[in-house]
Amino acid sequence: MSVSQDVMLDGFAKRPFLKTLSPFDWVWAALLIGGAAFVLYRYGALLDGYEIAILLGVTPLFIALGWHWKPARALLLSVAALSLLAVTLYGADLAAAEKNFFLKFLISSQSAIMWMSALFVMATFAYFAGLFMRSDFTTRVAGILTWSAAAMGLVGLFVRWRESYLIHIDVGHIPVSNLYEVFILFSVITALLYLYYEGRYNTRSLGAFVLLVISAAVGFVLWYTFGREAHVIQPLVPALKSYWMKIHVPANFIGYGAFSLAAMVGVAYLLRARAERLRPHGALATRLPSLEIMDDVMYKSIALGFFFFTLATILGALWAAEAWGGYWSWDPKETWALIILLNYAAWLHMRLTKGWRGAPMAWWAVVGLLVTTFAFLGVNIFLSGLHSYGAL
Amino acid sequence: MNTRAQPRSTGAILLEFLGSMNLAITLLVVIAVSSVIGTVLKQNEPYQNYIIKFGSFWFEVYKALGLYDVYSAPWFLFIMGFLLVSTSVCVYRNAPSMLRDMKNFRDNVTAKSLQNFHLTATFNAASAPSDVALALQRYFNSHGYRARVKQHDDHVLVAAMKGRANRLGYLFAHVAIVVICIGGLLDGNVPLKLDEARGKVKVETRVLPVSQVPAISRLPAGNASFRGVVNIPEGSTAKFIELRLRDGYLLQELPFAVEVKDFRIEHYPGGQPKSFESDLVIYDPEQDAPLARTISVNHPLLYKGYAVYQANFGDGGSKLTLRAWPLTAQGTAREVRGVVNDSVKLDSPQGPLTLEFSDFKLYNVKPAPPESGKKFRDLGPSFVFKVRNADGIALEYENFMQPVEQNGRLFFISGVRESINEEYSYVHIPADAQGGVERFMRFLAALRDRQILQDAAVQVTQLSLQGGAGENNPKIRKAMADIMQRLLERFGEEGFEGVVSYLRANIPPDRQQAVQTYADLLQEALRIVYGKVLAQEGAAQQDSPQFFEDALNALGVMPQYGAPYYLQLTDFEHVQFSGLQITRAPGKNVVYLGFALLLVGVFIMFYVPHRRLWALASRDAGATRVIFAGSSQRDRLGFAKEFDALRQGLEARFRHDNADAGM
Ligand code: HEM
Repeated sequence: MSVSQDVMLDGFAKRPFLKTLSPFDWVWAALLIGGAAFVLYRYGALLDGYEIAILLGVTPLFIALGWHWKPARALLLSVAALSLLAVTLYGADLAAAEKNFFLKFLISSQSAIMWMSALFVMATFAYFAGLFMRSDFTTRVAGILTWSAAAMGLVGLFVRWRESYLIHIDVGHIPVSNLYEVFILFSVITALLYLYYEGRYNTRSLGAFVLLVISAAVGFVLWYTFGREAHVIQPLVPALKSYWMKIHVPANFIGYGAFSLAAMVGVAYLLRARAERLRPHGALATRLPSLEIMDDVMYKSIALGFFFFTLATILGALWAAEAWGGYWSWDPKETWALIILLNYAAWLHMRLTKGWRGAPMAWWAVVGLLVTTFAFLGVNIFLSGLHSYGAL
Repeated sequence: MNTRAQPRSTGAILLEFLGSMNLAITLLVVIAVSSVIGTVLKQNEPYQNYIIKFGSFWFEVYKALGLYDVYSAPWFLFIMGFLLVSTSVCVYRNAPSMLRDMKNFRDNVTAKSLQNFHLTATFNAASAPSDVALALQRYFNSHGYRARVKQHDDHVLVAAMKGRANRLGYLFAHVAIVVICIGGLLDGNVPLKLDEARGKVKVETRVLPVSQVPAISRLPAGNASFRGVVNIPEGSTAKFIELRLRDGYLLQELPFAVEVKDFRIEHYPGGQPKSFESDLVIYDPEQDAPLARTISVNHPLLYKGYAVYQANFGDGGSKLTLRAWPLTAQGTAREVRGVVNDSVKLDSPQGPLTLEFSDFKLYNVKPAPPESGKKFRDLGPSFVFKVRNADGIALEYENFMQPVEQNGRLFFISGVRESINEEYSYVHIPADAQGGVERFMRFLAALRDRQILQDAAVQVTQLSLQGGAGENNPKIRKAMADIMQRLLERFGEEGFEGVVSYLRANIPPDRQQAVQTYADLLQEALRIVYGKVLAQEGAAQQDSPQFFEDALNALGVMPQYGAPYYLQLTDFEHVQFSGLQITRAPGKNVVYLGFALLLVGVFIMFYVPHRRLWALASRDAGATRVIFAGSSQRDRLGFAKEFDALRQGLEARFRHDNADAGM
């Protein structure tokens, strides 16, 4: 008996996590650590405290990300490769954007962003086609298009970052400083959040709805480019020359992205709930994920958004304490951030403590997006305040 | 009265209500909605603006509601306080049970209740319950659960849980709300409001020099928390700041004095401003040496719990040296000295004038009017002033110091408008060969010289009649010369408009083609006048071909310029003020602590779900029967997945066990 007990006890021990990793997982880790080490060795002298801290923080973070979400690795690697290629092709000469074939048609920030726009729009149509033609192949294609669009968007941003330094060392800054740049950031982040859940719940049929918001954002970017020449890189106004911007803005847009995702899932939820009553055999009722799953995705992305928006608002407060003479000034943008948080806090409480589910929460998530959109755009357009440099 | 008679005391009922979720959610929504007010209605504007916007009736209503400073309006603070109480009560009521919940493994559950769980499964094993229990304990451990084995008389129970920190998450996040509110109150102006209500301080609404502000509107240096502003001209020192409050201000004394040595604007290569910087010196009686620091936007000076920010800048009284060129009468230019934010008297043919200088700019990086769009360039120094006549009517002007290049020629640009909410309309005075306004002004003066005009009129008449019918007809010659002179005078006095109206009035409709003829003749006559101007300058003067046309364009609109003088800026001494914001916020660190708690708490609540597993092993009919169950109040889908994986794992392993035991 005792023998068999030992045997049995061994049997009941679980393989430790590290043993479950594949060789490529280790290659991935090695690549990132190697990269970070190289940067420290080669450019360490040029980096300040923050930057070294960020580098050391981001490396394990991305290793973990790659282990937890395998497809992210392909994305990050290709983005890194393309961005570095662009940087090398540029050298020290901004004019290369016109001379060099690759830059001109592919990976100068402007071209990359145009590619992103085109791919996102195509992906949107593909997702819809796949949904209503009930074609898995088409939705798979749509998925690939979305991945590529996200990649091109990121490349566009990274290269734009470099280009700003090529204009003049003083002009150089991270491209999250005006509406044009953050709209691209928004499209990419929303897409990536969606792709994450697409993988987790392996369901592609939500893409059609999520990509709608992204396409809208893309539409704005295009109008803003051709209507307002917003793509021209402008130097930072003094108020924005701060390290906080680098973290405050991206955190904000993870929030915006997550909330938009939740809202569009909410739309899908409502459509399916309706379809189940009216056309139980239609594409919507059969292809969309179960209501339970959509409810879950909605909750998860609102939770994610809530966390990052809280983080962003706090970072904003810290920044304000350094730039405006107070961590809270009831400036319209600030106040609307608070409004968003309160709104979603109410949502979360309803769901968790009152156990609300289903259509009402879906509707609320959709309304939440309207509130969020106003905080994001409306405030810049209609209300003046300390944030007004974000104006259209 | 006797409370024992009641089932629950009033206190308990009150707690129940205050801590209730419905109240909480209502509060969250109510605060969200009322916060909107302050974002759509611009806060803390001068009351005048509101009166204009809403009319005096609604102005009073909104004022009573405190809408001009919503976020410190009593009712708003009241709701905030309500949330504070509600959250505290909520924590107070939930904390104990949650802390207990963290320790409690629930190792007394019965087989029956386990079987009724949403997630449950049963297995058969060969080994004895105690061995099975041991194995399960290790199994749960290896999956990150803390597991405890408890012997009951007829069965063994393995109770396991993970993520119990989740409860701490709740505590952190909600205590954080309380902490943040308290910190905010410390820094808010509630005490000040109370003092005001009690009549201990009074908001000053008049614009007074510091020395004349009455004591009741002054706050002592000790004041714990405030946020005020002060504009300090370069080279001056300030010991007081203004706390803007509604339609007025209070004067806050500082425990130290601040001097602004110098204010600078750094520029990008493209000319846009890159940074605003002030060199400050702090004179603190408690320090034996003054402290020199440079601050800039995003880089404040932190000193003894006070923070000094670069908030604003403007002209602090630049000294301007001007040359006033007469436009309406002959006469020579004279020198005028002015100071920005000050005024000087100046007499003119139209009576006494006041020049009120309101601004001076060293750089003007913008498109040169009338251009627009993205063609930015530096147009150099400019100054803004009002010309007010005896009746108090004023026009506003914007003059640029240096001539601005446009289509290859240089112009002195001057804009005029009747009110601030209008665009300037600009006059472009062509610069002469020396890059000055002299030639243009001489041309202008010539147009005021009757003799010159008469000669020009006669000359142009002769030219036009040569070989024509009326050449030797003195009557026609006279008549025509008169018309030409009148036209010249009209042009000088009323510009293009004058000429047009004159021709309209004096030429019968059926001879309209004559209008063009006269216009051409007028142009000829003016050219003759211009010729005389050049002659005065001396034959050596080379003439730029375009100058004449450009001058006519300017002369043609000069009468609408409105001022009897053109003020040319010849020299200046630039003096700026630096707008500092000085604050003291002792609650800041409390708030930051709250921030940290909130983030940690929220993260834990979302991403450390509290999960429980049970396995109850009992012997019956020669085998060991295992009831396996689990529960989690968060992320049910996720947990269902995990539970299923665990179940399959167990199935496989128990198959082994049974096999080993040869069953
Ligand atoms: C601005 C104020 C508040 C914020 C930001 C806030 C935030 C949160 C968050 C983020 C959660 C987690 C929700 C989830 O995991 O889905 C939560 C849960 C909760 N909140 Fe609040 N809350 C606030 C006010 C209140 C108030 C006033 C109460 C009391 C009536 C309250 C009671 C609760 C309870 C009971 C839970 C569930 C905790 C659990 O079961 O783990 N909250 N809160």
